[in-house]
Amino acid sequence: MRGLRLLGYSFAVLLVFLSALSSGRPVLAEETIKVAYTDPFSGPFASGGDEFLKNFQFIIARKNAMGGALGRKFELVPFDDKLQPAEALIALKSMIDQNIPFVMHCTGSNVGSALIDAVSKHNARNPDNRILYLNCGALATELTNEQCDFWHFRFAGSVDMRAAARIKALPQDLKKVYLLNQDYLFGQSIQHDTKKWLAKLRPDIEIVGDELMPFGKVQDFSPYVAKIKASGAQSVVTGNYNRDLNLLIKSANEAGLDVRFDTFLSHLIGGPTAIGAAGENRLTSIMEFNSNVAVDLKVPEAEKFANDWRTSGHDTDFSALNFVTMIDMLADAINKAGSTDPMKVALALEDAHSKDLLGQDVIMRKDDHQLLMPYYAGVFSKGVKYDAEHTGFGWKNYMTATTADLTLPTICKMKRPE
Amino acid sequence: MEIVLVSLLNGLVYGMLLFMLASGLTLIFSMMGVLNFAHASIYMIGAYLAFTVSQFLGFFPALIIAPLLCGLLGAAIEVFGLRRVHSNGHIAELLFTFGLVFIIERVVQMTWGMLPMPYRVPAVLDFPLFTFYGQYFPAYRGFMLLVSAGMLLATWLLLKKTRVGLIIQASLTHPQMASALGHNVPAVFTLVFAGGCVLAGLAGVIGGNYQTTEPGMADSMGPIVFVVVVFGGLGSLMGCFVASILMGMIMTFAVVINVSLLDLLKPLGITLSGDNLFTEFMTVPVARIGALLPFLLMIFILMVRPRGLMGTRDT
Repeated sequence: MRGLRLLGYSFAVLLVFLSALSSGRPVLAEETIKVAYTDPFSGPFASGGDEFLKNFQFIIARKNAMGGALGRKFELVPFDDKLQPAEALIALKSMIDQNIPFVMHCTGSNVGSALIDAVSKHNARNPDNRILYLNCGALATELTNEQCDFWHFRFAGSVDMRAAARIKALPQDLKKVYLLNQDYLFGQSIQHDTKKWLAKLRPDIEIVGDELMPFGKVQDFSPYVAKIKASGAQSVVTGNYNRDLNLLIKSANEAGLDVRFDTFLSHLIGGPTAIGAAGENRLTSIMEFNSNVAVDLKVPEAEKFANDWRTSGHDTDFSALNFVTMIDMLADAINKAGSTDPMKVALALEDAHSKDLLGQDVIMRKDDHQLLMPYYAGVFSKGVKYDAEHTGFGWKNYMTATTADLTLPTICKMKRPE
Repeated sequence: MEIVLVSLLNGLVYGMLLFMLASGLTLIFSMMGVLNFAHASIYMIGAYLAFTVSQFLGFFPALIIAPLLCGLLGAAIEVFGLRRVHSNGHIAELLFTFGLVFIIERVVQMTWGMLPMPYRVPAVLDFPLFTFYGQYFPAYRGFMLLVSAGMLLATWLLLKKTRVGLIIQASLTHPQMASALGHNVPAVFTLVFAGGCVLAGLAGVIGGNYQTTEPGMADSMGPIVFVVVVFGGLGSLMGCFVASILMGMIMTFAVVINVSLLDLLKPLGITLSGDNLFTEFMTVPVARIGALLPFLLMIFILMVRPRGLMGTRDT
């Protein structure tokens, strides 16, 4: 027992020593600008979060090489939220404790909604330690309408914008569609806005199925495929993404189901691989960017950017142009405000006009803090310069919805601080 | 009609997969009185091991090797873990297996990473077996049915027709007497635990490429298997079979049923309007709550007949 006690004491001493070593913060000549990033890095949607993390590391490294903002470099601080609002709020608490002024988040409107609420309440109660929520992918329309907030900036097209582009991009001879979406805030938003725009722009189309499925839980999609077959639909219009989409497409392929997939998010990781050759001219998506758009619009810098991404050890396609826009506009706002104080940066960010990497005009609207930006409808086909995920097929841009096209009204009544 | 047939086949495949997993669990429980929470984790390990082995040796060697490795793991858990905890009672054993769940999940995440593994159906089985109503039935599902039926038959034969099975059955109900007659009852316990883990591992090999192979797969399969075991009755293999097929069918058919409670009441001329909770409750279609139904059934059976359908042993 004496030996054990000695071991225990020396272990305790070691722990104290180590914690003393690590408690002192290293003093840098210039402090970095910390930007927190939270998304699922584990769980069923980890592949998406992981890909976005790599995107941000690449974009921020590039921005730092160009000087960062206010002569300081950006530092990315990732947090795993497991796509659970509760976990995201724990991460938020940690970010606030570390005095991080900005948090980016790109997956899951359920988490986004919780973050808007938590950030708003925190900032109202703690004016000396505020944090800004930069939304790069929580897309439900409600977040910049019913739930709009001064401390929330969305740098991605809302569901409403995407739905407008999506319905405009449906082929004219399409008459029967099946709506399949995930049963949570985002999927319900897609369901609502898709029906709204179908009624407005394409009243000739019949909705033969309108389904909400459990979010991230379904392993076996064959019952859904059977239902789609039985409905006689010519196309499945779905906002499903990542696993919920890739498994659906895989299941449809296995069953030999011959329908179009007019999706919102199949350009994200895994989609092209899931459908493969069976997707030729049958799969379409609404995307911020793909390398072929850069070719069409003759913007070699954007093409080079996407190629640099490829050659720097990432074997995936770059499509998150709005992430580049977000970091650029954030840096511009910090420079304009002359500080990283969230209040000053927010005032500089709203009503900011900028150009994205493709040279298109983008506007951060003051009314609802929604970025107004263009979207491109791509069809999965051969004969394009860049293919997707080495499938031999790539996204051919067949319709563009400009920033002006997608400047849609909002019902936001923003409560401004002070 | 076609949708009924399709759902019947798909429900059968899913039910047989559930049975492969649940049968091991119910055997272990009937043998040792321990509800092995880590059973779904062994399933996950089986899938991951199959993926790794199939990368070097191919799918069919993995079909044999991965379950055997899981059996060895099970034997190790029993000899070095459960046996020591056994003297502290059932609660301690339960907590031990519960802790194993977390350990195994972390080990899998550390070894293979957080992202899903590209564990694919082997090319030799990746073709449509037959076409019906314009839809293909993949050959791999037929293979799954074959393996699970074969495994069921082999387990039944082992338990009922061999000497080893006889000793196992005796140790089940009369461990002291069997021990007094000179049989190595602790070794029998280890054998049964390892056997249950072999079954779970085999289910993992088959199910890993039918579903996705990722660190969350134990969490998604675990609760359903638990429901199946409780519903079928602890200690009864037949009950487990009936419950698995039933749950598989329910979860598959629920998706295709679009009626809600209100639709059932429509012939009586009842209509509802308004945006309140009651209307929400009455108008939700069965398809949306399909994932909930097995748990509702479990609550029901625990209220009405706690022993389960064909249980031989109280919890």
